[in-house]
Amino acid sequence: MLVRHFSKSFGGARALDDVSLSVRPGEVHGLLGQNGSGKSTLIKVLSGYHSADLGGELEIYGKRVSLPLSPGQFRNLGMAFVHQHLALVPSLTVLENLRVGDFAAKNSAYISWGAERRRAVETFNRFDLPIDPDALVQDIPQVERALFAIVRAFEEIRAEREAHGNPGILFLDEPTPFLPKEGVEKLFNLIRGIVREGASVVFVSHDVDEVLEITDRATVLRDGRVAGTLVTAEATKDKFIETIIGRKIEPFQAQAQDLTGQKVDIAITGLTGGTVRDTNIELHKGEVLGLTGLIGSGFEEVLYMVFGATPAAAGDLRINGNTYDLTAMSPGTAIKNGVALLPSDRQGAGGVGELTVEDNVTLTVLDKFFVRIGLSRRRMRRAAQELGARYDVRPNLPLMDLQDLSGGNQQKVLLAKWLQTTPELLLLDEPTQGVDVGARQQVYAAITEAAERGTIVICASTDYEQLAAICDRVLIFARGVIVQHLVGSDVTKDRIAQQTLLSMSIGRAAETAAEIKGPK
Amino acid sequence: MTQTNNTAGQQPRAPAGGGAAKAKIDWVNQAERYGLILAWGVVIIFFGLVGPSSFLSWPTFSSIIFGSQGVLLMLTLALIIPLTTGDFDLSIANILIFSAMLLMVLNRNAGVAEWPLLLVIPLCIVMGLLVGLLNAFFIVVFRIHSLIVTLGTGSILQGLTFWISSSQTLAGVDNTLIEWVIVKRLFSIPLAFYYAMALGVVIWYVFEYTAAGRRLMFVGRGREVARLSGIRVSRVRAMSLMASGAIAALAGIISVGTTGAADPLSGNLLLLPAFAAAFLGATAIVPGRFNPLGSILAVFFLVTGITGLNFLGANTFVQNLFNGAALVLAVALSQLVRGRQEQSLT
Repeated sequence: MLVRHFSKSFGGARALDDVSLSVRPGEVHGLLGQNGSGKSTLIKVLSGYHSADLGGELEIYGKRVSLPLSPGQFRNLGMAFVHQHLALVPSLTVLENLRVGDFAAKNSAYISWGAERRRAVETFNRFDLPIDPDALVQDIPQVERALFAIVRAFEEIRAEREAHGNPGILFLDEPTPFLPKEGVEKLFNLIRGIVREGASVVFVSHDVDEVLEITDRATVLRDGRVAGTLVTAEATKDKFIETIIGRKIEPFQAQAQDLTGQKVDIAITGLTGGTVRDTNIELHKGEVLGLTGLIGSGFEEVLYMVFGATPAAAGDLRINGNTYDLTAMSPGTAIKNGVALLPSDRQGAGGVGELTVEDNVTLTVLDKFFVRIGLSRRRMRRAAQELGARYDVRPNLPLMDLQDLSGGNQQKVLLAKWLQTTPELLLLDEPTQGVDVGARQQVYAAITEAAERGTIVICASTDYEQLAAICDRVLIFARGVIVQHLVGSDVTKDRIAQQTLLSMSIGRAAETAAEIKGPK
Repeated sequence: MTQTNNTAGQQPRAPAGGGAAKAKIDWVNQAERYGLILAWGVVIIFFGLVGPSSFLSWPTFSSIIFGSQGVLLMLTLALIIPLTTGDFDLSIANILIFSAMLLMVLNRNAGVAEWPLLLVIPLCIVMGLLVGLLNAFFIVVFRIHSLIVTLGTGSILQGLTFWISSSQTLAGVDNTLIEWVIVKRLFSIPLAFYYAMALGVVIWYVFEYTAAGRRLMFVGRGREVARLSGIRVSRVRAMSLMASGAIAALAGIISVGTTGAADPLSGNLLLLPAFAAAFLGATAIVPGRFNPLGSILAVFFLVTGITGLNFLGANTFVQNLFNGAALVLAVALSQLVRGRQEQSLT
């Protein structure tokens, strides 16, 4: 497969800029890049979800394909995609999930389940997978689910192969982050099996170690352009990381304060739950702490467990001199202790889009508006108006529905909803996702100002620039544990990016060390 | 009523002096808000012109349209509370009949004993609260959809009603009840009407001017937002189901006072009109929200239409046609108001 001169613009921004890529038959080709580098856009163009700008060329097995591709056309071209979320229906059986593509496309009057079952078992045997076709997908382990999804995708391209003799190309979009270590090994074996049958695999990943292990060559995207294509056998880990991040002039950084060693005002101890394992975090008044990691590392789960939004398996929170058991934490208790959470799902969990700005913003401070006969709507309106002016919400109309504001202005409203309570601890999850550049600066300013007034801020984010701009300290997670701690002058965009890319290796080294130590 | 309505209260002068564009937008909003009143007016005028002259007379309105509908008004008001928190309560009509029958059995000369009204009425209301609590238990603890739970508990109550009444219509309640519900009148409208109005005012106050009302709204519109804002969502939902149970039980007492009897089948005919009125009411006054004033207007609108058709000599089945059509059209209208989002029942 050859991709030449692919470009794609959204509005004024170029997500893909003259990207060319070639994948050889029987090759595992890595596709790497930071968030926003254009990996997903490229995949979406190939799957027909986006149409590319004019000028792009696509050639598959020596045949020119006219662009843009229509959705679903990739099937006829011998391509198949497995996304991270696998697109399996958990409450149906493996066999039903396997055939779902056919059910969608064909109108067969009779399905011979016996024959289907035999074929499925045959396929699974070929790849040495002990999967029961009659088991419900929700009952099989996560690893088998991922392997099954890949086999299913491979089966899809087999039809095309039988018809035209083209071996096909399988795209795996970050299949590994949610798998345990042994699972990754099984997945790699499956990939090797598929490649042996002559097909090509495009392997999208953040994890440099995995790319080094499984790929033959790898293309690195940076800011929508190809930063380089490396032959894996000849490249080193450092070479990869350098290509992913690129060398750039350091942008101006806000002065990060080093507060380690100061009095600890809030402490999270022994936090375990979800992906997170035995995590300890100490916080100091006026500090902005960043949490980051690769997808699946569990860093953002810390916020929800501290707030009591999802239950923790173990852990304590010490705040205001009291210690709370996080297994029994509730949002109500958290709020009473001055903890506030701004979730990343802005319209689903942060605020109600179809209610007005006034309704949304006054919810946390309703007590303030009680007069003798009940809530004073006039005071609520005035308070919402004043708050809107203070955080520069545009347009500042309290009666507007929240959903009619831009993403940035919605976020200002929701930030104001919590900041007006002057929280002790403010938890932010991806606070500037979908927020335009201008509003972003105002959100940063609001966060920094709150910290100056003594609020402790924890910000979970995958936007390294943002972390560098507002954080005093950044903790990097891998597989649920903190593997790196950046303080002071280390809190820069590139340093965070580099350490995050390395986080899986650091985590692995630590695990191996622990295993060696363990048996003694 | 809500802020949207407050604007209406503050701004009537603005369009006159304001820009053309602003006035135009306001017109759309005003039309939406008061459309139901307008439609009601049109229906009255239509039947006034087409129907017999007796239609447009005060007795028609005081006795039939306003006077006889205390029960339906109350039932509709009961319904909008769980609808606001995002739960359906299909058991309300059965709570109503069961409460009526319980009252008859305990108070009437035959049967177990002759208990005084002052004891029986609180008992009926406690029964309503308990059924609400039972509904909430299954909905909140087992996370079963409210439609299923209340359909089931409703059927159980229906069975109990048949059991305690031996499937008979029972009559002969203490006259004091009839006296205080339907005989005593103010401006020749029976007191039942004013009870329902008073209830409407209370619900309006709670919805608009208390923190509890705000919590109801957030629980209905964004459960996750409510939860992450520290609202105890399960408790709020349980309270709203208990409120609807208690009000439905109260409506049962009023129904006994209105007819002097309890019919084990009558209440079933009230469920659909209550839903129709609740959804139709949500298109008016505060469009997009279940609100008491809109619901009350919707009841008047539906009853006027049906009464008018009856005056023209139509069969009783028009009632079903009219209410059913109103329900579907009301929901269609409210979808337009909400911008045609798929209505989720989960």
